[in-house]
Amino acid sequence: MSTTIETNATSLLRFATAGSVDDGKSTLVGRLLHDSKSVLADQLEAVERVSLGRGQEAPDLALLTDGLRAEREQGITIDVAYRYFATPRRRFILADTPGHVQYTRNMVTGASTAELAVVLVDARNGVVEQTRRHAAVAALLRVPHVVLAVNKMDLVDYAEPVFAAIAAEFTAYAASLGVKDVLAVPISALAGDNVVEPSAHMDWYGGPTLLEHLETVPVGSDPSAEPARFPVQYVIRPQTEEHPDYRGYAGQLASGVLRVGDAVTVLPSGLTTTVAGIDAFGRGTDIAWAPQSVTVRLADDLDISRGDLIAAGATPAPTKDIEATVSHLNERPLRAGDKVLLKHTTRTVRALVKEISYRIDIDTLEQRSGAEGLNVNDIGHVKLRTAEPLALDDYTDNRRTGSFLLIDPADGTTLTAGMAGEAFETVRATEPAEEDWV
Amino acid sequence: MTTATDSPVRTDNPFALSHLDALEAESVHIFREVAGEFERPVILFSGGKDSILMLHLALKAFAPAAIPFSLLHVDTGHNFPEVLAYRDRVVAEHNLRLHVAHVQDFIDDGRLRERPDGTRNPLQTVPLLDAIEKGRFDAVFGGGRRDEEKARAKERVFSLRDEFGAWDPRRQRPELWSLYNGRHAVGEHVRVFPLSNWTELDVWQYIEREGIELPEIYYAHERDVFSRGGMWLTAGEWGGPKDSEPVERRLVRYRTVGDMSCTGAVDSDATTIEAVIAEIAASRLTERGATRADDKLSEAAMEDRKREGYF
Repeated sequence: MSTTIETNATSLLRFATAGSVDDGKSTLVGRLLHDSKSVLADQLEAVERVSLGRGQEAPDLALLTDGLRAEREQGITIDVAYRYFATPRRRFILADTPGHVQYTRNMVTGASTAELAVVLVDARNGVVEQTRRHAAVAALLRVPHVVLAVNKMDLVDYAEPVFAAIAAEFTAYAASLGVKDVLAVPISALAGDNVVEPSAHMDWYGGPTLLEHLETVPVGSDPSAEPARFPVQYVIRPQTEEHPDYRGYAGQLASGVLRVGDAVTVLPSGLTTTVAGIDAFGRGTDIAWAPQSVTVRLADDLDISRGDLIAAGATPAPTKDIEATVSHLNERPLRAGDKVLLKHTTRTVRALVKEISYRIDIDTLEQRSGAEGLNVNDIGHVKLRTAEPLALDDYTDNRRTGSFLLIDPADGTTLTAGMAGEAFETVRATEPAEEDWV
Repeated sequence: MTTATDSPVRTDNPFALSHLDALEAESVHIFREVAGEFERPVILFSGGKDSILMLHLALKAFAPAAIPFSLLHVDTGHNFPEVLAYRDRVVAEHNLRLHVAHVQDFIDDGRLRERPDGTRNPLQTVPLLDAIEKGRFDAVFGGGRRDEEKARAKERVFSLRDEFGAWDPRRQRPELWSLYNGRHAVGEHVRVFPLSNWTELDVWQYIEREGIELPEIYYAHERDVFSRGGMWLTAGEWGGPKDSEPVERRLVRYRTVGDMSCTGAVDSDATTIEAVIAEIAASRLTERGATRADDKLSEAAMEDRKREGYF
């Protein structure tokens, strides 16, 4: 007999988890995988074998996620791991990010592609520094949806007031950071309350279980509401008898919609033309939208190559002067005067770090000016000068065309993750509001 | 994962992408990034379903032009004949260039020694690195998926290897957004995994959707097999069966295809792709757990092999 699973197309949610060391994050991830029946017998058997070998009584679900030798030896998670599971409603890619303070860069990495972040707190401790840090990173990376999972409710007698106070404090804090969608769920990862199955101990909670929310939260944005951005990756020129004159620009739509006949601007040159054709893997189509990978043909024979941006709607002004919020990822500090490479969409250019404007204290959100440089895991604001103009959007408006990497030209090391514009929406929001008063 | 409900993509959003479309778009983006940034990329092609899927995606990524990469097969010498025939057919059909590195050559001239258990899978690393060096390949596509194994769950899409081909999980570059960093020094190369985010079920669903042909050993067929280490193995010149291992004729199929000496068949009556998908969805064993002997050697078998340059 076979249990059936739906094999139809479903949607895909990428999400990240963050929690402090003892908040029970690994247990939560293990519980999600286990209770959604995504852990298969041989994996569970391996976990049981290792747990027993270590003298533990129950299988340690954290072992499901700690894959490296050093992690198992030390009992900690040292790197982002990606987990995959599915329910009949949706497919999930989980970026499982370590919670240590010194691994802020890992949460930044996991959050960069996430549409939802689960921030875990211990119900006994409530909102702590680390919780604010996780909320700040989620806000900084513009993760659209945040879930506060108040864990270990079993250790506070499943008391509603405990949950309500933590939820209220966190929601207010997240809102001040510009996070628009926050849901708080009271759970016990160890006992399984409200993770996959509704809890029998918390009748007072009327919301969805964590998994229900993950299954139903809206995925993606509405491409029709965004200006089209199409970074050119590669020029396709078959030069065959069948296609002697074919010249197509291959890329993935970073945002928006492109239709045949649309007027477009090619940046940084600023030349304009129209879309003559769109090919989706060799087949013609009238329309393409983010994040589809397609090939675009243009009406005029312009000089376009990898690194150019085909844009429609309001286009960003190409500039050599960039101000950005950055998360420094490498042990080698970033200092004013450093010469680096900057990778933005499909274009890599030389760049100079002109100024480290300030470092952000991620716990208090205060700006610490006079920063000499940024150390690993620091978040700060920098001014850069590039050798060639770049067409960047603000990261607030576009996560793909507003983001970049700084790379060490000597050995290719990825140094820094950059987000064009100011760090938090609240900072931006005050400016137009003030103008209204004028 | 046990209830059957039809729940297609939400219809209220005309721009919704199915998970297969989203994965396809991401993989195609990765192929094009490599084409744009590297001088001499190569696709590792074994004739297994993951490498067949990679090839299919690469063909789509550059249509109507040809794939700007050649193929590399590390031949253990213990092949399923159906798979070799498939490989040669595909290469001819798409007019591809195929490089073959033979493990046997390395055994013959003494650079490698046959293992007592006859398993050649771990022996692939040396010929692979040799072929990469000789071919001066700077980007090497592999069909590895993060869902396969927990060390692979930590693997980047672009994975830098040093001049010895080694992977150091502690010194991996952070990988953010879809900004892949392919910088490398001369002598180093980058392993690229365009199927990182696919699961076994995704692969099969996509193969069904696209109507991709596979070697017939992926579907149920009668075969003479013997049991070793809890798996059904096919008799071959590599050293099986022993006298104590009686041969049986069984209805089986393969979930993975690799070296004959360590790739096990599973009991199955799934002769169609629909039946295969139903069987995988209901399976309580992972693909590698069910069919790969080499991963059972130790708790960190995959991690250790990857550190040495294996995929």
